[in-house]
Amino acid sequence: MSIFLNKDSKVIVQGITGGEGTKHTARMLAAGTQVMGGVNARKAGTTVSHKDQDGNPVELPVFGSVAEAMKETGANASIVFVPPAFCKDAVIEAIDAEIPLVVVITEGIPVQDSAEFWAHSRARTGADGKPKTRIIGPNCPGIISPEESLLGITPANITGKGKLGLVSKSGTLTYQMMYELRDLGFTTAIGIGGDPVIGTTHIDALEAFEADPETEAIVMIGEIGGDAEERAADFIKANVTKPVVGYVAGFTAPEGKTMGHAGAIVSGSSGTAQAKKEALEAAGVKVGKTPSETAQLMRDIFSGK
Amino acid sequence: MDLFEYQARDLFEKHGVPVLAGIVATTPEEAKAAAEKIGGVTVVKAQVKVGGRGKAGGVKVAKSPEEAYEYAQQILGMDIKGHTVHRVMIAQGADIAEEYYFSVLLDRANRSYLAMCSVEGGMEIEQLAVERPDALARVDVNPAEGITEAKAREIVEQAKFDAETAEKVVPVLVKLGEVYAKEDATLVEVNPLVKTGGGEILALDGKVSLDDNAEFRHEDHAALADKTSADPLEEKAKENDLNYVKLDGEVGIIGNGAGLVMSTLDVVAYAGEKHGDVKPANFLDIGGGASAEVMAAGLDVILGDPQVKSVFVNVFGGITACDAVANGIVKALEILGDSATKPIVVRLDGNNVDEGRAILRKADHPLITTADTMDAGADKAAELAQSAK
Repeated sequence: MSIFLNKDSKVIVQGITGGEGTKHTARMLAAGTQVMGGVNARKAGTTVSHKDQDGNPVELPVFGSVAEAMKETGANASIVFVPPAFCKDAVIEAIDAEIPLVVVITEGIPVQDSAEFWAHSRARTGADGKPKTRIIGPNCPGIISPEESLLGITPANITGKGKLGLVSKSGTLTYQMMYELRDLGFTTAIGIGGDPVIGTTHIDALEAFEADPETEAIVMIGEIGGDAEERAADFIKANVTKPVVGYVAGFTAPEGKTMGHAGAIVSGSSGTAQAKKEALEAAGVKVGKTPSETAQLMRDIFSGK
Repeated sequence: MDLFEYQARDLFEKHGVPVLAGIVATTPEEAKAAAEKIGGVTVVKAQVKVGGRGKAGGVKVAKSPEEAYEYAQQILGMDIKGHTVHRVMIAQGADIAEEYYFSVLLDRANRSYLAMCSVEGGMEIEQLAVERPDALARVDVNPAEGITEAKAREIVEQAKFDAETAEKVVPVLVKLGEVYAKEDATLVEVNPLVKTGGGEILALDGKVSLDDNAEFRHEDHAALADKTSADPLEEKAKENDLNYVKLDGEVGIIGNGAGLVMSTLDVVAYAGEKHGDVKPANFLDIGGGASAEVMAAGLDVILGDPQVKSVFVNVFGGITACDAVANGIVKALEILGDSATKPIVVRLDGNNVDEGRAILRKADHPLITTADTMDAGADKAAELAQSAK
């Protein structure tokens, strides 16, 4: 099994007619994702031409709204490639349509916009008290359940299906780790994004991997800034029985400088890589110094060392 | 982007937050003229983006324009915790009866906004938060609503203002909330917020951080960027839209994706421990689409750093496959020509890795060494930096 996304997920693309939307719709189709169509209010009623996984031509319908697209196609997941200036409205539209999953790839969204759409989702909860719409991102590579479905921009051919779950803030570091551990394979890998305000957190992913019977062990990748890793460590200690191997990037990052991700900034003594490593180790997580060492720690778990 | 106090003051004024007159000056003559214009007692305040300037002698009360001239002369050029003072603000003197504290900021942990307020302002707020947490009200602010009048009332109530003062503080907090929301700030802090002898509420000092991602909807924000204190290499990188941070080491780093680049810095630092303690010279993320032009611009910035002795290019080919990256590197070296003189270690992995490596082999450039893994590449780059030291 996989978490949040599987071969039956029916996907719509918000921003399907734009450059990024077009490119990644093609890649997602090639990876086997069931892309049902897309949304662009100004091009509603038209179609876009693509090829399915077997190379056969397909015409995907463009709808005027997320709600309409869901009604017409039965879509239960959306991916957003809308430019930053319009992204908040696109995500709020998806939340209002109560789509179960929305992945926000867009980079460079003002943090107040993210905080607003998060507040919007939090105000619309289901019977379980959780938001009806799960948001992944923004500024993230999305989610992939290898050999089942890709809802994001992760290269689909790094690794096959397997027994590991992976959650990470960073895109290319996710790819690196999937590559290092391609011998074990993955149920699902989620890039949650490096922005200061994100939807799905390390903890949400850990909880889901713990509950997934096919995930045997979990790789958690963190980076400097904030206290998400520390909170994840507390969660692991209390709730996770499966082995967790961790990696934290940014040991050599200086204080007060933003390292690419808006969230990756060390302020004062909080948010350092060392503090995160210690918190994770205190929760029983084996933490590698480098990606390759981290991968080896995971292999050691499976070889019984 | 963190603003100077005088810029924060201007933003406050723009949104109707009560402030006193303040004029920025870069010379003692300007300071004197400003003090004459404002009249009466003025305060000469060093404009630096760091706390503790008062203790460092960066704030002086001037009784006359001549004194303002004298103090500006003392303060301009002063070093405060590594920050050189290039400007002072000449502010109107205030008759302070009471000092309060207020801030509203992004609360990452709760994915919300947090307002903090205290009737005991003026002192170090971190100290207050630790020593007497009860004296600091902390109120969650819903990002979808912001600081409404009702929210402002909740804040002043929790901070235990007396009824009369509370009435006056509420509208000021609403206005400060407007500064936060309308300017796309991630922090608006006023310390101190004061009550004057006449019972007026004033924001006497302000700290504002703006969200760089929101610049597209604030044309005026670009002008607030401080050009004087930026590193020249960082400035050059910015002109080329490169995500570059100058560090203090010998191994130049180029990679794709913030997380992988941070990880590369760490791996190089570990490798450096075995090679004369060489360290990473910079952070440079060329992003997902590593075109030849971007690669050339990146290499150009890094090779322009005299401290750099070797370069490590660490790319995981995802969306942009390794052959495109390899072509980018080769073309970049063509563009740079003779100005490229330092050894470059390249590690490629991921999509089309074999094609990428073949392109580099074929180019057979004398400066390029290839590595099969991230660890091996870091080790080689550190070794080369050590031998060139």
